[in-house]
Amino acid sequence: MRPPVQRRERAGGERVRARVLIRPKAGILDPQGEAVERALPALGFAGVGNVHVGRLIELDVEDPEQLQPMCEKLLANPLVEDYEIELLDGSA
Amino acid sequence: MPVDAAPRAGVGTTPTVDDALALGLTRAEYELVCEKQGGPPNQVELAMYSLLWSEHCAYKHSKKLLRTLPTEGEHVVMGPGENAGAVDVGGGLVCAFKVESHNHPSAVEPFQGAATGVGGILRDIFAIGARPIAVLDSLRFGEPAAGPAGARARYLLDGAVSGIGHYGNSIGVPTVGGEVYFEGPYEHNCLVNAMALGLAARERLVRSAAAGPGNLLILFGASTGRDGIGGASVLASAELGAGGDGDLDKRPTVQVGDPFEEKKLLECSLELLERGLIVSLQDLGAAGLTSSASEMASKGGVGIDVDVAKVPLREPGMEPFEVMVSESQERMLCVVEPANADAVMELCAKWEVNGSAIGTVTDTGRMRVLRDGELVGDMPVAALVDDCPLYDLQPQKPSEPIYGAPPATAGLTLASTPRDILLAILSSPNLSSRRPLFEQYDSIVQSRTVRRPEQADAAVLALPDGGALAVSIDCNGRRVAADPYTGTVEAVLECAANLACVGAEPLGTTNNLNFGNPEKPHIAWQLSESVRGLGDACRALRAPIVGGNVSLYNEGATGPIYPTPVIGIVGRLPDARRAGRLGFARAGDQIALVGALRPSLGASELAKLLGQPLPDGLPEIDIAAVAATQAAVRDAVRAGALSSAHDVAEGGLAVALAECCLAGGIGAQVELAEDLWEAIPRPAGGHGAPGPRSGSEPPASTLLATALFGEGPGGFIVSGGPDALRALGERVATVPIGRVGDDVLSIVEAGATAGTMLTLTLEELAEAHGALGELFP
Amino acid sequence: MKFGVLQFPGSCDEVDALEAARRVGDAELIWHAERDLGGADAIVVPGGFSYGDYLRAGAIARFSPAMESVIAFARDGGLVLGICNGFQVLCEAHLLPGALLPNANLRFTFRQLELEVLYGGGPFTKACALGERLSIPAKHAWGRYYADSDTLAVMDRSGQIVLRYAPGQNFNGSLHDIAGVCNEAGNVFGMMPHPEHAVDELIGGSADGLKIFESMRLTIEGAVV
Repeated sequence: MRPPVQRRERAGGERVRARVLIRPKAGILDPQGEAVERALPALGFAGVGNVHVGRLIELDVEDPEQLQPMCEKLLANPLVEDYEIELLDGSA
Repeated sequence: MPVDAAPRAGVGTTPTVDDALALGLTRAEYELVCEKQGGPPNQVELAMYSLLWSEHCAYKHSKKLLRTLPTEGEHVVMGPGENAGAVDVGGGLVCAFKVESHNHPSAVEPFQGAATGVGGILRDIFAIGARPIAVLDSLRFGEPAAGPAGARARYLLDGAVSGIGHYGNSIGVPTVGGEVYFEGPYEHNCLVNAMALGLAARERLVRSAAAGPGNLLILFGASTGRDGIGGASVLASAELGAGGDGDLDKRPTVQVGDPFEEKKLLECSLELLERGLIVSLQDLGAAGLTSSASEMASKGGVGIDVDVAKVPLREPGMEPFEVMVSESQERMLCVVEPANADAVMELCAKWEVNGSAIGTVTDTGRMRVLRDGELVGDMPVAALVDDCPLYDLQPQKPSEPIYGAPPATAGLTLASTPRDILLAILSSPNLSSRRPLFEQYDSIVQSRTVRRPEQADAAVLALPDGGALAVSIDCNGRRVAADPYTGTVEAVLECAANLACVGAEPLGTTNNLNFGNPEKPHIAWQLSESVRGLGDACRALRAPIVGGNVSLYNEGATGPIYPTPVIGIVGRLPDARRAGRLGFARAGDQIALVGALRPSLGASELAKLLGQPLPDGLPEIDIAAVAATQAAVRDAVRAGALSSAHDVAEGGLAVALAECCLAGGIGAQVELAEDLWEAIPRPAGGHGAPGPRSGSEPPASTLLATALFGEGPGGFIVSGGPDALRALGERVATVPIGRVGDDVLSIVEAGATAGTMLTLTLEELAEAHGALGELFP
Repeated sequence: MKFGVLQFPGSCDEVDALEAARRVGDAELIWHAERDLGGADAIVVPGGFSYGDYLRAGAIARFSPAMESVIAFARDGGLVLGICNGFQVLCEAHLLPGALLPNANLRFTFRQLELEVLYGGGPFTKACALGERLSIPAKHAWGRYYADSDTLAVMDRSGQIVLRYAPGQNFNGSLHDIAGVCNEAGNVFGMMPHPEHAVDELIGGSADGLKIFESMRLTIEGAVV
């Protein structure tokens, strides 16, 4: 399993834009994903499978080290969700 | 007066007459504005006039007509003209209520359109100091047939119901009733009307008139963004375009609602009133700050200065006119004496709603808009609010039918068996159970609900003194299209009949008039005839109009909607424990048909399913006789004499009996004697009327269909002990027609030509009745 | 005995819970920003949409000052009842095992339901008989109970699965038809259906929900020496 935080070079003291993707854990019923998977063929889109619906959170942070504890404590529910943290390039 | 001499600083260039036309004003209206302003209006001023003088805000084409309606009565505490009306309900309490529409926004984005419609009507209730206690919705869409043909109707229905549920459930106000109709003429112009009720101690009611020059104007609630900019005049008063993708670029102007924000706003508003901290209160709805501030000033005969720089903004760089016309949701305006300003701001902070002093009340009689102290708009309040021209309608009865015949159901004719006809009607979108819809609503929060959806003909909410409120919302647009005067009288009577079935007496009425383009003579005719019927019926029932709404221009390339005057009536019953139920309750109970039912097929659900065109006119109604029947049923319910009471409405007698069986989970054995229709005064004929056999009679199948499925006001199905029904019969025509029991509904014809008309098991009835569920897998 | 009923911005059914509790003892509202639980013998975390259900239902409410006090109160053995959104808050606060997820049917659904009592005799079901059926309404969009199979096995063995939807009544897809669970010590209990809406036959036709509050009263008063 790859580590959740991708480290990038940046100048110190600035805020970094981060993106957190939250997905339902594999093996747990995902009725939203199923509903989308059922709806697409009805609109003429064939060959679609394995659809899952999650959440996206974007935020500016001064200390990217805090992102993982933020996810553990508030942004995700680790019992039922997986999360992935990405630091975006070229942020102010 | 030349532009250069204008005393106030404009922003940008002075708009032209073409800008005015694009914003929805006519050339003549623009010239009148110039006259009132002493010169061409600047951008801020033109934006404000165009909104306040739009149909949606000014009621240009309907105000003169609305003045003919009865608005006074012994129970009325607050009549039309305030944010909501209110009636006295005893025990020192008043019930505030009103219905409003959000039709055009819902056609563009049904979830948010319906949600913000609920938000808006709730704000009208707590703006007068009442705590909202219930919501009802009245919806109309095109036919929801399976497959692509019905896709839009299903999409709108799904979105609207989700939106209403989302908003009502989240804010903790139960959605206790409503109605949905599916008819072709609503395909491109759906209707989403929302009604709300609230309770307040009588002395807590507050009005919206601004008063006291020197007092502060405080805006509180959500921050202001670009939601719905131009919504009021661009969307609400314009006929919608070809639909489809043409509506996509209308999306940004639709408002987005936040029920969580409104819950905080509601609690904050009520606490401000409880603590006596405010002089007056007004909610921000269509045309945002423009209409709220101007109307507060107009009612108080004062002026108002507003500084847009003090308004908390959600988006950067908003122009003054944008701030003034923004329709961002969940905001309120109050007038506060300076001594109370700190306390008000503290309360706003407690409830986590933005509070900001944005202006002052003045004695200038002018609406002045400033930006950081610099004057950017200056208008006389009277010109904005009172001097909008009002137009006379030019009604003319159409010589040709306006509406095409509905599509016929394959395989269904008047010669089909009564069993097949009943199943077809029960499973049709207009009649099948609304359970898949109302199960998406919380109908019990606040712990007042005594009768939930499908338990009785009206919703019933307990009052602290042991009594209860009853409320219903009704209109059959197709029948109004057949006869605008009589159809509207029927809608009012239907609503009152629903209240009678739970034992309630009407106290007051609210109405939402949904019509097409009133500048067309045939629509003007529909509107004036409908208002005439509304007035006559409300006068006869002593249920005056306490407030309402008008939504015009509901038409497009395919034609106008059916004229749809949605009626909401609130009533009271003295003992909540005796609230009536619609389902049969006890095996062995006798069933009776009460009242002078005059069934006819014209404009009925069966006629629709058969693809028959609308008749020209409906049979005349003896309003006094129907009112007397309603009173008799009401009193019998109050006395606890009846096991059940249900009015005969869409689908006629057989459908009403089926509904009573389904709600009670028990069957009925019904026998219709040939003299049934003799005991009940004979119908006027010419509309497929039943009666004794004679040479020139319609065929037997038509007579049978009319007897079982013909529609008309004034009939009730009741059940109870024989003594109770005998007693009822001393007051009003009551004909025993059978007994409750077993698990089948059977209707047989007694007499010389005895035979079984239909037999259906409860399971078969339930399966047909559950047809709408297939749209919500 | 005294109940304390929490109130968050966005709570809906807190007044209903207050009125239900008052049929059985004294009761008071506790504002979310307060740490003082007012000497309550038992705490009720009510239904509604605290903080708008933003992020996840109950995710923000669990960090309020009042909830910090409730967590300490629970750790000391105090009785805590979580109803609907309250159940969600207790799971987010890790006072109860598992999590509540969006309904399998993806819609808010309101229905009067039959529940089965799987574990009688505890602080919250003392007034019920084992196997008894309770008629109590449920109204929610996020009520699907989930816990991993190891946790469920432990809960099963320790009698932590207290209420179950009767056959055919489970509309939200909860694993094992679970409608209400308690913690290992038995003093914290969460249920998705609303007992406070089944306390008066006039309003809803069932008073079965009163038994939950009555059970709590019996527990508190029985414990007083």
